[in-house]
Amino acid sequence: MKKLLSKNLWNDTDVEQLVGQLLRYGVITACILALIGGIAYLTEHGSNPVPQYGIFTGEGAEYTTFKGILNGVLTLNPNEIIQFGVLALIATPILRVLFSLFAFILEKDKLYIGITLIVLCILMTSIFGGLKV
Amino acid sequence: MTILTFTLILLVGAYLAGLLGSLTGLGGGVVVIPLLTLGFGVDIRYAIGAALLASIATSSGSASAYVKEGITNIRLGMFLEIATTIGAVIGALIAVYTPTNTIAILFGIVLIFSAVMTLRKKNQVALTEGSRLSYVLKLNSTYPTSQGEVAYKLKNVGAGFSIMTVAGVLSGLLGIGSGALKVLAMDTTMRIPFKVSTTTSNFMIGVTAAASAVVYLQRGYIDPGIAFPVIIGVLGGAFTGSKLLTRMDPKVLRIIFCIAITFVAIEMIYNGYQHQF
Repeated sequence: MKKLLSKNLWNDTDVEQLVGQLLRYGVITACILALIGGIAYLTEHGSNPVPQYGIFTGEGAEYTTFKGILNGVLTLNPNEIIQFGVLALIATPILRVLFSLFAFILEKDKLYIGITLIVLCILMTSIFGGLKV
Repeated sequence: MTILTFTLILLVGAYLAGLLGSLTGLGGGVVVIPLLTLGFGVDIRYAIGAALLASIATSSGSASAYVKEGITNIRLGMFLEIATTIGAVIGALIAVYTPTNTIAILFGIVLIFSAVMTLRKKNQVALTEGSRLSYVLKLNSTYPTSQGEVAYKLKNVGAGFSIMTVAGVLSGLLGIGSGALKVLAMDTTMRIPFKVSTTTSNFMIGVTAAASAVVYLQRGYIDPGIAFPVIIGVLGGAFTGSKLLTRMDPKVLRIIFCIAITFVAIEMIYNGYQHQF
């Protein structure tokens, strides 16, 4: 039993090293996108007065849908580049769950393949449940 | 104030939020919300959107450091994530129907609770006998210490799972990682050594926050002008924090921070009570 446990731990640790890399890349990507978009945004609007953040109006479809954000990125719109960075940031932990799923498949751990699938389903429901594509 | 000034101040604030959040283990979100609402008069809904991003950034940013040490219990984290993600989605959904003043008061209460939890005595003892469910779910594991691998076992799995659901709802409702509640569930209820519970909680915060962040993004709570200084600042701060943590013991800092955060919490509750949000 103890040997089995330590073997599992090893597999976990190997995959975890990979996951560590993934997290770093995800975070760096998000940061670079936010930085590029941010600098462009400041060059365009830096001297304007701050928008009325005290009154909540909500953002339009160009910032809240995948299609809207992607369209803006393709036309090099600063705000949408930032939102694309936001998407990269949100996607990072979700990818981490996906990686764990592969790790459990490699280990043939049926129970945890099931549990990870449940978590992914909840995440997908949240992503596509209210999505206005 | 021009956008440039606003951005620069927010950038510095977010950096400090990430730094303090990672040094104290409270996460970046708890500083971002009062900073934006009390400091800049930003609507709390935009603040919650930004705080969720801060929570994901601190979690992912410091996780790569924890991963090396191999103390995160992935199975336990994944099992409990069923509870936190369901909770987070529910929380994000009921947030629409909750008055902003109620959210502010609730935030203040959670903040005080988090401060108290940070200062409490930590569980260092590894249980040798676990509950039946902990074996069925393969939650018992080992973690490296200076004296070699130490095996630990869990109990009260059901109770821990229930607390995690509440933690998820609060996280979705308030935009914070609610790490304090997660640690309460793992540390105090399931009796996991705190090194394991802290890192596992950090692993879960990112996933939980992502579950509600998508809902908030689609609802238009995430503004690019606020998002980019928060992402860059918090990530930078969390990175510095994780470097500093290996060299210093932030005990005194933690106490000062907890006292400060309690005052902020009282102001949030007072303003919420006065219908200022």
